[in-house]
Amino acid sequence: MALYSNVIRDRFRRPRFHGSLERPDVAGEDVNPLCGDRVRMQARLADGRVMEARWSGDCCAISAASADVLLELMEGQPAAHARELTPASLLERLDADVRPSRMKCVALPLTVLQCALDGREVTR
Amino acid sequence: MNMGERTRRDFPILARVVNGHPLAYLDSAASSQKPVQVIEAIQRYYETSHANVHRSIHTLGEEATEQYEAARDAVRAFIGARSREEIVFTRGTTEAINLVAQAVGRTLAPGDEIIVTEMEHHSNLIPWQMACRDHGAVLRAVPVVGEGYLDLDAYQSLLSPRTRVVAVAHVSNVLGTINPVARMAEQAHRVGAVVLVDGAQSVPHLPLDVASLGVDFFAFSGHKMLGPTGIGVLYGRREVLDRLEPAWGGGEMIKEVWIDHAQWNDLPWRFEPGTPPIAEAVGLHAAVEYLGKLGMSQVSAHEQALTAATMEALARIPGVTLYGPRNPEMKGAVVAFNVDGIHPHDGAALLDQRGIAVRAGHHCAQPLMKRLGIAGTMRASFSVHNVAEEVARLADAVARLRAEL
Repeated sequence: MALYSNVIRDRFRRPRFHGSLERPDVAGEDVNPLCGDRVRMQARLADGRVMEARWSGDCCAISAASADVLLELMEGQPAAHARELTPASLLERLDADVRPSRMKCVALPLTVLQCALDGREVTR
Repeated sequence: MNMGERTRRDFPILARVVNGHPLAYLDSAASSQKPVQVIEAIQRYYETSHANVHRSIHTLGEEATEQYEAARDAVRAFIGARSREEIVFTRGTTEAINLVAQAVGRTLAPGDEIIVTEMEHHSNLIPWQMACRDHGAVLRAVPVVGEGYLDLDAYQSLLSPRTRVVAVAHVSNVLGTINPVARMAEQAHRVGAVVLVDGAQSVPHLPLDVASLGVDFFAFSGHKMLGPTGIGVLYGRREVLDRLEPAWGGGEMIKEVWIDHAQWNDLPWRFEPGTPPIAEAVGLHAAVEYLGKLGMSQVSAHEQALTAATMEALARIPGVTLYGPRNPEMKGAVVAFNVDGIHPHDGAALLDQRGIAVRAGHHCAQPLMKRLGIAGTMRASFSVHNVAEEVARLADAVARLRAEL
């Protein structure tokens, strides 16, 4: 398995969920202490479901791809579904051989989204 | 045969194959690899002479003490200090700087000022932030301007009778800039401040004579100069060290102890509480001998040629930005760069796939990254064993980065 899988390269080059929402119901942001990368997550909710979500930030291809597949997985799902997702489930979607030192890059968008949906500040 | 080709065989790790490619180790500024002479010296010490130093009244104890103190003499000669009392062994540059920040910190009064620079490694910034916080002193920073030089006019105007300490890197670990520390020390001394120089990136690469630099403190690490991890050196000018209270207490740093007070030991042991890094000192001695035999002027010329070739090759690649002085004579053996649209961590990971080890990220210099307006860079850095072929491999791999991601 490649470090930069086709999924990662594709999502990095042509992200489906990159951008920002005008009136998000929830939003969150945090920094990866390894590299100083910043990831922002926004979502609009209806009946407890994620109707629309976008990510933005200055980040590496792994974080970018992770954020993008995460929002694809969450679209239309109950907000609580985010709590059932793990970095491992994102890694499976990314189809990549990510080293332990870069797992924070995979996990960061998930942590930010989970905290935003819970209405909490990100706790590191 | 040039220095790189001659010395490569001394470094066992360079035989490694990484991700199917021969290792091109271009990360010596983070930590250098070790020649077999250093590895064997440490092993020989442990196999034949190890015991605690200074107080063991037996043969091994005497041998260990002799070797530990011989390392001090070798380091003294290597950096051009006047006396062995001026050489304090620490665990590394960071500990050496913290030692000074704590010891000098205790003499600070509210309103006193400490001057650092925007290009400092966190290890020469955070200890001073803490000293300021604890003693009500004020931290000032010399701006970085142009291609990555210190604004020396700004420095001059920051200096005042309130200035107590000036803390500055000899060579920037990101930009590579060689700072004019002798001139800066002279100016600082005119207002009565002491000067600490972070020499972590200069000692491994440049000929050095601390006495003629005229600085008060000079800190560096063993592991960046072909020696082991876990040992560093604080050079302190004798008149300045003599006036300082020890930073930390423990065994070895005392002459006589009563239950409620103690009399401090002589220099340099006053600043070396506890069992010191003995095997590491033996390894550092071997590293200093190794570099001494090569000759630091030759080491510097060799690495400068590699640095110049790297800047030239990378500058030709579309989308590459170089950071730091472009004149190789004004910089140490590091080249920081970015490729448009490529995060430095992705770039470094892709280079690693080709067996090329470079550093990526903020390089523990976040204020400098903020000044440059970037999150991080990739950084290639050189040592005695690097060769032109590795520079060519790096340039070739960097040129492919954008297509690969």
